[in-house]
Amino acid sequence: MTKSPVRVKTLTIDGREVGAREDQTILEVARENDIFIPTLCDLPGLSTLGACRLCLIELKGVPRLLPACVTRVAEGMEVVANSERLDRYRRSILELLFAERNHVCSVCVVNGHCDLQSLALKLGMTHVHFPYQYPSLPVDASHDRFVADHNRCILCARCVRVCDEIEGAHTWDVMARGVDCRVITDLAQPWGKSESCTGCGKCVQVCPTGALSEKGKSVAEMSKRRQFLPYLTLMREGRR
Amino acid sequence: MSAPVIPVEKIRMATVWLDGCSGCHMSLLDTDERLIALAQRVTVVWGPLVDMKEFPANVDVTLVEGAISSEEDLHRIKMVRSRSKLLISLGDCAVTGNVPAMRNKFGADAVLRRAYLENVTLDPQIPREIIPTLLPKVRPVHEAVPVDLFIPGCPPSADLIFSVLSDLLDGKVTNPAAKFG
Repeated sequence: MTKSPVRVKTLTIDGREVGAREDQTILEVARENDIFIPTLCDLPGLSTLGACRLCLIELKGVPRLLPACVTRVAEGMEVVANSERLDRYRRSILELLFAERNHVCSVCVVNGHCDLQSLALKLGMTHVHFPYQYPSLPVDASHDRFVADHNRCILCARCVRVCDEIEGAHTWDVMARGVDCRVITDLAQPWGKSESCTGCGKCVQVCPTGALSEKGKSVAEMSKRRQFLPYLTLMREGRR
Repeated sequence: MSAPVIPVEKIRMATVWLDGCSGCHMSLLDTDERLIALAQRVTVVWGPLVDMKEFPANVDVTLVEGAISSEEDLHRIKMVRSRSKLLISLGDCAVTGNVPAMRNKFGADAVLRRAYLENVTLDPQIPREIIPTLLPKVRPVHEAVPVDLFIPGCPPSADLIFSVLSDLLDGKVTNPAAKFG
């Protein structure tokens, strides 16, 4: 069977004319053209989830906002990726993330290397307008080498996806809904007791915050190493 | 520009120390010799080192370090707000609650028990007088009173504080771009 030729679509993002393959998402095209769209749950090399909603964009003719990471391009689309209104919504989403758990940047293991913290700076979040919730959440330090601090988790599910899709262990999953939602290892067992965990540490490296970290690292001492992801993805695609 | 006139009407500035470690005040002092330049245009009418019994009226700018942790903090910030034209949250404790707010998941009782009973060998007792009553939850300043400007950081750098104050003296009221933590 011969492959059908790739169709090219043209659209505009923030008034700029851009070309895209028909199987691309708005986020991918924006990135190719150096148009900034903020993301937290997205990580090239992992499947897309559309969980964090930071990549919401305006599409002409559509009254609601759409997540750029899971919206495919179409001919003649007019996309607004950056506007006053989107800035406001994106800041509100960030503020909700900060208010929902106990993010204390000053004493965090990834202070200065955190996706959430740097995005707050980039999007001009001055303070959190919502009342902080201060939930009582556990810290799981049962693993020999890693720590899971649920106070700092934003439920992006990068750990869940990298463990399932790249490592193939599926140790991580998501439990419950709403404010009770939590990432878990095995069937909500302590991480150290997990029989499926291979101890590879990929989850720790892809985690955007200090929720997953290496033991023995103190405040601001940990930065994440994610160089492995594109290579692994490339290998997988080559095999298909 | 008009010719220099002496004396110029100086800006009346105050600094307030609530539940914080004083690191933000240290950072303010770390502006070093620039303080001398500031002093030409600013009078410090209240602060931890100002020997006054009561927070003065008609303050132009007040910098607040620390979170709202006790009934005393709450009382003071309301009074400070009513006497200040511009109120600035200085540092993460004021802006986010930061470390003082980490007790919120345990509650004030647990903190008092730990500090005054469990870790004390001589006559352990929880003080009922003199020490202000702790609020059930530590809150950032803007949850208690309206705040005009936010300077994040733990502590905010001396350069950042100085640039915000310089901007203010030039009539610019803009939130600085700086990270939390």
